[in-house]
Amino acid sequence: MPIMNDTIQFNVGEHRLALEKALKLTPQDIVMEIREAGLKGRGGAGFPTGTKWLLALSAVAEKKFVICNADEGEPGTFKDRVLLDEYTNLVIDGMTIGGYAIQATEGIIYLRGEYKYLLNKLERFLDEKRENNQLGNNILGTGFNFDIKIRLGSGAYVCGEETALIESLEGHRGEARNRPPFPVNTGFMGYPTIVNNVETFASAAIIISKGADWFKKIGISKSYGTKLVSISGDCKKPGVYEVPFGISIRDLLKMVEADEAKAVQVGGASGQCVPESQFDRKISFEDLSTGGSVMIFNKSRDMLHILKNFMEFFVEESCGQCSPCRIGNKKLLEGIELIEQGKCSYTYLNELIELGKSMQLASKCGLGQSSPNPFISILTNFENEVFSTK
Amino acid sequence: MIKDKLSRTPVSQQPLIVKKEEEGGIGSFVEVEINGRKIQVQMGTTILEACRQNNIHIPTLCYHEDLCLAGLCRICVVEIEGMRTLQAACTYPITNKLKIQTTSEKVRKARRHILDLLLSEHYGECYSCHRNGNCELQSLAKEYGVDGYKFGHITERRHTVDRSSYSVIRDMDKCVLCKRCVRTCIDLQEVGVLEATHRGYDTTISTFYDKPLADVICINCGQCINRCPTAALKANDPSDEIWVAIDNPKKHVVIQTAPSPRASIGEEFGLPPGHSMTKQLNTALRWIGFDKVFDTNFTADLTIMEEGTELLNRLKKKLVEGDNNIKLPQFTSCSPGWVKYIEHFYPDYLDYLSTCKSPQQMFGALIKTFYAQENNIAPEDIVTVALMPCSAKKFECNRPEMHSSGFKDVDYGLTTREMAQMIREAGINLPDLEGSGFDDPFGDASGAGLIFGATGGVMEAALRTVYEIVTGREVPFKNLEITPCRGFEGVRQASVKLEGTLPEWNFLEGVDLNFMIAHGTANAKKVMEALVRGELENIHFIEVMACPGGCIGGGGQPIPTSPEIRKKRAEAIYNEDRGLEVRKSHQNPHIKYIYEKFLIDGPCGHISHKLLHTHYVKRGKFIA
Repeated sequence: MPIMNDTIQFNVGEHRLALEKALKLTPQDIVMEIREAGLKGRGGAGFPTGTKWLLALSAVAEKKFVICNADEGEPGTFKDRVLLDEYTNLVIDGMTIGGYAIQATEGIIYLRGEYKYLLNKLERFLDEKRENNQLGNNILGTGFNFDIKIRLGSGAYVCGEETALIESLEGHRGEARNRPPFPVNTGFMGYPTIVNNVETFASAAIIISKGADWFKKIGISKSYGTKLVSISGDCKKPGVYEVPFGISIRDLLKMVEADEAKAVQVGGASGQCVPESQFDRKISFEDLSTGGSVMIFNKSRDMLHILKNFMEFFVEESCGQCSPCRIGNKKLLEGIELIEQGKCSYTYLNELIELGKSMQLASKCGLGQSSPNPFISILTNFENEVFSTK
Repeated sequence: MIKDKLSRTPVSQQPLIVKKEEEGGIGSFVEVEINGRKIQVQMGTTILEACRQNNIHIPTLCYHEDLCLAGLCRICVVEIEGMRTLQAACTYPITNKLKIQTTSEKVRKARRHILDLLLSEHYGECYSCHRNGNCELQSLAKEYGVDGYKFGHITERRHTVDRSSYSVIRDMDKCVLCKRCVRTCIDLQEVGVLEATHRGYDTTISTFYDKPLADVICINCGQCINRCPTAALKANDPSDEIWVAIDNPKKHVVIQTAPSPRASIGEEFGLPPGHSMTKQLNTALRWIGFDKVFDTNFTADLTIMEEGTELLNRLKKKLVEGDNNIKLPQFTSCSPGWVKYIEHFYPDYLDYLSTCKSPQQMFGALIKTFYAQENNIAPEDIVTVALMPCSAKKFECNRPEMHSSGFKDVDYGLTTREMAQMIREAGINLPDLEGSGFDDPFGDASGAGLIFGATGGVMEAALRTVYEIVTGREVPFKNLEITPCRGFEGVRQASVKLEGTLPEWNFLEGVDLNFMIAHGTANAKKVMEALVRGELENIHFIEVMACPGGCIGGGGQPIPTSPEIRKKRAEAIYNEDRGLEVRKSHQNPHIKYIYEKFLIDGPCGHISHKLLHTHYVKRGKFIA
């Protein structure tokens, strides 16, 4: 069973009263508290949660929705699973607080298809919350109505992108929408919707429970609080850790006893590959941003092989809608195959890196905008290794 | 009254519309800076619209004026100051002050990369492609000076060409996945035959379970062809077989030309939309070698006689005889796309359709009977070609029930585009030709038959005749222009009061003749849903055309199409009608002649039933 290692903020008992406390505040107060705490989205993109909630609160509509993005699909990320499994109450309360804050009445958990085994447990938990009057009509006697249902994803990586997720919830192909309009205006079924990561909701509950000032004491400027990271790869103690923002790669490696590390992929397949020379860089929104994935590679690993694995993933997982992502990823993968065969000239490699940059700029959604990241960072940072052996 | 929505676009893909100040909105204009030029635009205008209004060119591929926004080809990306990524100009609504660059280095490079990627996946060469010279991908390649394949070029076919349909051929190796066809089929026409399947690099546009187009519920309207930027979709071209027939001295090859191709074929020869080429076209067809050139408007007039009589019969049976089996409103049946639509989508409502064949099929039946007899030609030696604005006509002439002459009534349906190609191949520059008239005995037609080409035209033509039959007087509209029938609103409704009726039609005295007009099957669907809900009980007659704009926007018409182009084509038709001497179907002397000589028991009589009326197939949505 997954277990979270040393915790800083996620102490269940301590936050039991978060919901009760929240419902005594006004929605505006909650949004201000979240803004004050400087909470940023924990899913990877790092959009300020308070701003998102404020926009949704100020949108005028007959209905609003809260969606919990539990489609944890980024390779190497498995921290939301732990939250849903072991800290369910915090997540559900966070969603309810979010619902109250934007004055929504319905919440939806978009649960990753592979996490189906959690479904029954979650449903039982929601029933319990309803029995305890912490969900449903007139929550805790405050007159606030809010309920949550669970929908299962079907395994598409792109459905972790919030607008593709909404399309999928509406029964369409999982493809990103144009923005603007943003979901806070025009989201699920056209209604204002907030889509937040599992960890974001849990963090929001913690902020309401302990206050913004307490929260801001942890982390570094612009990146407050803690981050859950799921560490995997070549280390002795892989697992899910709660770390303060600002921790360096070097300290992370020490923590999980990775002695032979040559490279660390931060932020999953779509993240950055950090070489040893840059191990002093920090996990934070301003430097190395991650939705939680940290993958460690030791000196025995073939970086080109790792890159190929990532690019095969993107060729398969691109939704196929926009041309830069659909065809571009394939061209990058073919470039890797040329390198493998020793047939890729430097000129063509540079052309592909330029193509990658265009994909970052011109793709429709975050998938295509970040899929060239490993290509560019591995071939830039490990150029010598890649070309010396081929 | 059924309200016509402004847009069928899913909410998520609609541009943000901000109310004007006078409608209670906040300040309605916003200033943007495009390439250093300060420009005032209405709030909610997309960057693309703003640029077009100011003559700043932005390349597009997936964008189409008729369709909801997709923003997926990314060729229109522009740079907005302060934004990390480039934004698609076609979908980005301007709501605040923006500084936009449309030709910065980043923009040009990204566009070129996208173009190179698309070309790497695009099979074949331009010179062996029927869209050579009229291909949006080719134009882009020229615009960006492409002189090679930077990221390679596929040399092997990956898909087989689907030639199953009589009407539409799909070649997915030419597809650039702009999804215009998907949006046309789902959003514009609400038929929903095409959709993207698979994911990522394997994405392709496909049908239900990848079945051949002929086996799914395609209505053959061809609107997808009109909006395809490349050669992935085309009509099933019979021109080779027509050349063979022309070259065969034993064959008597006749052609009938529908009203709308003559209003649009000039576009294929570089003329701006809205130039009628009726007379020049006749000359060209003779030069090509057709033995006789007839006017489909003749059978359009005949359709009015038959369909108008059928309507009056239905009214009489229902109102006077109280026959409740009679179905009203009566729907027109001249649009084969609409006929197949109702057969698939509302198979239990086929009794509402007029039993009249379309003008094309009436013509075919008459040529191989009446014309053959009068001219002593063996019907088996006659080849009838129909020049139509339409891809569904190809399917229609192949329907097994269309053999009332004992032969295949119409041998080939030819689109405007294919005709233009035959004319080009014959070395003729259409606009240069001297004009000539149609051949007798079907040469003269009325303006009523002519206006069949635009949405509302059949209704207007029918009213001109029905009103006069019932009252003995001309329909009370200035210049016979029944304006409520005209225009491009999706669903229109109006009525004409029948007063001072002739004794025979006394039961209609004081009755408001209520009619509706719908064009595009999405609008037809609205009408049908209202019918199913029982809301159309006081409506008598409904015209439906499968294509937006009616025949002038048909699936066989020149590419491109847009609301503006369709408007121009319609104007050309209405102008031509205004200048004609005979503008009412029942006054066409040849119509009188044929009822005297051949269809001797009159409209809806025994002979006409055999030759000019048909029955329909309950198709439903079952796909084998």
